[in-house]
Formats: sequence, C-alpha cells, structure tokens
Amino acid sequence: MYLSIKKSLKKKRIDWPYLRSQGAFLLMLLPGFVFYLIYLYLPIGVAVLVSVKNYNIKAGILGSPFASPWYKHFKFFIQSPYFWPLLRNTMVISMSKMLLGIPLAVILAILLNECRVNRLKRIVQTLTYMPHFLSWVVIYGMCFVLFSETNGLINDWLRSLTGSTVPFMTNPKIFRNIVIGTDLWKSTGWSAIIYLAAISNIDPQLYEAAYMDGASRLKTIWHITLPGIINVIVLTLILRCGTILNAGFDQIYVMYNESVYSTVDIIDTWVFRTGFQNYNLSLSSAVGLFKSVVSFVMIVTVNQISKRWGESLW
Amino acid sequence: MVIHLRYRIYDLFINIILVLIGLMCFFPMLYVVSVSLTPYEEYLRQGGIVLFPAKVTFEAYVQFWKEPYIAQCFRNTVFITVFGTMCNVIVTVLMAYALSRKNLLFRKFFLFYCLIPLLITGGVVPTYLIVRNTGLLNSLSALIIPTLVSPYILMITRTFFSNIDESLYESARIDGASEFKILFAIILPISMPILATIGLMYGVGHWNQYYASLMYISDSSKRTLQVVLREMLNRASRMESDIVVPTRTLQMAGVVVSAVPIILVYPFLQRYFTQGIMLGAIKG
Repeated sequence: MYLSIKKSLKKKRIDWPYLRSQGAFLLMLLPGFVFYLIYLYLPIGVAVLVSVKNYNIKAGILGSPFASPWYKHFKFFIQSPYFWPLLRNTMVISMSKMLLGIPLAVILAILLNECRVNRLKRIVQTLTYMPHFLSWVVIYGMCFVLFSETNGLINDWLRSLTGSTVPFMTNPKIFRNIVIGTDLWKSTGWSAIIYLAAISNIDPQLYEAAYMDGASRLKTIWHITLPGIINVIVLTLILRCGTILNAGFDQIYVMYNESVYSTVDIIDTWVFRTGFQNYNLSLSSAVGLFKSVVSFVMIVTVNQISKRWGESLW
Repeated sequence: MVIHLRYRIYDLFINIILVLIGLMCFFPMLYVVSVSLTPYEEYLRQGGIVLFPAKVTFEAYVQFWKEPYIAQCFRNTVFITVFGTMCNVIVTVLMAYALSRKNLLFRKFFLFYCLIPLLITGGVVPTYLIVRNTGLLNSLSALIIPTLVSPYILMITRTFFSNIDESLYESARIDGASEFKILFAIILPISMPILATIGLMYGVGHWNQYYASLMYISDSSKRTLQVVLREMLNRASRMESDIVVPTRTLQMAGVVVSAVPIILVYPFLQRYFTQGIMLGAIKG
C-alpha cells in the first residue's frame, strides 16, 4: 500500500487530490511570497539602481539622473579616507568577538557539564541566558550606571580607592573593549547551548571507560569532551567567518558617541549615518551593496568549506 | 565507595567558578534594579553604592510613568510584540510547511527563492525607500510588515517540518485530509518546541527593536519603549537648559520597565527551548 502510493507520487499523477494539495500549497506560500518580493527582493534592485544614480527625493528612484561614471559612489568610498579605518574597525571588533566568544562559550559549556550539583547548574545556566533577552538600549543603560565617569559605580570605587577615574565610555581604546566585553556578556550563555547539546551527544560509555582506566577529570575533558565537540566548534568558527563584516550594528549604533568614532565606527554605522543624517542616499546604498556582495561571496565560500565537515547552510 | 579528595577539590573548584560566572551575569541586573528602587537623595549620599537599598521607593517608577506619551509607547511596544509575533509565526509556519512538502510543485524554485535573501540584502537605505513608497512610514505597521518573515527563522522551521516522519503525512493523506487539516490538526500539535522557539525569537526581536522605529516613526505617540529609553539615557549628557534632566534612578526605572516584560516570557517557554534552539543553532 505504502509503496504503491510512493510510486504514484513519483509519477506525479495529476488527479483531484494532487491538484487540491498544490492549490493549498500555493495559498500557504502566497503571503510569504509577496512579502519576500516586496520587502526582500525589491530592495536589492533598488540598491543597485540607487547606487549607480545621484538619488534625489523629488525625482524619485526611477527619475533621478545616473551618476557618471556609474561607479562614482563605489570609487568615492574606496578612495575616501574613511575606507581603511572603517574596514579595520569592523574587522577588529568582529574578530575579537568571534575569537573570544567561541572559546568562552565552549569553556562555559564544559564547566556546566562538569558541574554535579544540578540545582547550581540550572541556576547558572538561567542567569547566563538572561542577558540574551536584554536589548542593547537596556545594556547601554547598564553601562551608564556602571561605567559613567561622573557617577558610575566603578568610577566611584576607583575614585575612593585611587583618587582618579577612567573614561570608560569616551576613551576610544577603552570603549572598544567595552563594546567587545558587553557583547560577550550578552551572548556567551546563549552560544554555550549548542556546545552543551553537542557534549550531551557524546557516548557516555566513553566516559565510563575513561573512569575505569583511572583518567583524571581534566584528562577526560581533554581526551573525550573536546574531541567530541571539535567538529561543532570548527563549524561555528567557519560559519562565523562568513559574517565577519557584521560587527554588530544594533549594539554599536546604540552605544557609541562621537568621541569614540575612531575605534568603533564600523561600515554599518557609517552607512546608516551617511543615509539618514547626511542624506546621501546614493553613497549609502552603494556602500551597503558593496558590503552585501562581499559578504555574499564570503558566505558561499565558507559554506563550500563547511561541507567538508558534513554540514552546510543550505 | 571511596570519594577521592582530588575529586572533591575539583568539584569545589568547578562550583566556585560557576558561582562567580553566575554573579557576573546577575550583578549588573541586580544593581540596576537596586538603583531604581533607591530614593535619589540616598543614591547621591551613598555615592552610588547601593546594592541593597535601606529604603525602598517606587518614586522613580511613578515619575517614569509620567514621561510624555510613555503609557502610549508602552502599549505600542506590547502591540507590535504580540500582534507582530502572531503575524510572523502564522506566515512563517504556512510557508515553511509548504516548503517542507516533497510533492510541492516547483519546490526547487521556491526553496531557492527563500534562500537568496538569507545571503544578500538590499541594505538599510533601499529598504527604507521601499517602506516609504509602500506608504508605511510613520505607522506601527512599518514595524510589523517589513519584517514579516525572517529568512533564517523560516529555514529553521522548514528543517523542523522536514524532519517529521514521512509516514505521518502519508497516513493523513490516505484518510483524505486536506493539506491545511494535516498542518493544523496533526503537524502543529507536535511542533510546540519549534513554535515556542520561533515565537520567542520573533517576540524578543520586536520588543527589543530599536532602529526600525528610529527610521520609520516620527510621531512621539507612535514610538516604542526602546526609543524613548535611549532618548532618556542620552538626554542627561546633552544638558539642554529647558529640559528636565532625568535622574539616574529615573533612568534605571526606565531600564527595568523596558527589560522585565520580555525576560518574564522566557521561563514559560523554557521547557520547549533547548530542543527547539538546537534545530537551528548549528546553522546560526
């Protein structure tokens, strides 16, 4: 019975139930399809058009005159003095978040796995998840009350202990560390979930055997736990590389100020300001598109690499 | 059975580190709550060190609630979170179900169609132009419609549906159930983990979204909580003479009000969670 139905499906016999199914599918796909077309595909087309034109609001997207040469905005950006600092800031922030974030999450997952007091384990896990649910505006508020130079908690302590204060929020170098630190604070607990799950997939017999052989717990971590999750670690590392140009717009746009542009102004924040504060929509679109295309190439490359680990994005 | 001393020390060591990690996550949150509950004079007198306030006052919350339009902004945020998430989940689930069916006509095309936006985006300015040209500017629907489906969340949901045992579909189809009936009566009841997961993902996104309302909304009465809060946090540093500078305690009351509702949702969904998040975690 089952087999014969499978066969008939393969032949795609066009009968009433088949048509009824397809009709239902189309109905289900319709709202999403239209949404994708208007709000996800159309912007790509608009991006291409606007970035080769000199957009002005009165003339609209189609009416605005073409830039000459068409690559004017791309060329302007690449030759501008912003290009290298922006690229550097983006890469430094994004790489630091990745290279610190993955090991920290792995360590947290291993610590949680080693913990044999279930209650403590659950509480710590819940507490480390929690920051994931806070918005960047809320975290910015926390930074204010902790790091502000005039009346932040930490500077109050420093003042009473040493008599001097540290400009956490306005010194470019220190603020970059605040950006990286708050991101780790927010996301480490959440990213540890996947490593915890990977650890729970390791065969318990391996641990038993190690215990019988008298291996110390540290040795067990080194020889069983870590090799058991190395695939997942490498995979997350590779996939994160594909989004290396996203250094965290949501976070930085909320938290930064003019005095720290030199270290934390990234491509995305610059694109946003160019578009919505300086109203240079064409330049902003061009840079956004440029970034999007570079990211696209990187993700595709990275996906090819990750197929070697038997996993792929699609 | 002999418990080795070394094991005991090791356990103690692990537990101490975990307690420290827990405190590191907990302390800033506790401190913000404490400041918001401390009378402002006491906060100033103590030099900000008020972990456990001697006197508790809700003065700052009352004052926060008196900020212009704040009740309206709170309602806006609740509305886009609840209604927006409902729309998100419905459209995503319908689409993901159809995409997960192996007998869908033009399946390859539809899959490809849904994959591309995951890889390449138009960017903020072109999206803004579309939102403006579709007449959504300055209305709350600008915070719901342009983010109706997240391509990433769609893919997670589709993967979940594809992994459901094929025989379940077959038996339903033999009984003559329509596709909608299969989805709502058979598939959805066993899909709670994924529904909770994507509902939470969308919900947190709506509650915490900041720059969409910054871009699309100009009326003070249509703003969302995060925008008001950010503006209030920065007002102090700008020192405009005719504006009342909000006190630190008032700001922290704002922070608490903007954070607590979404944190409260989490425990209800927690039991579905690890299961659901795992489906998409690797592909994150």
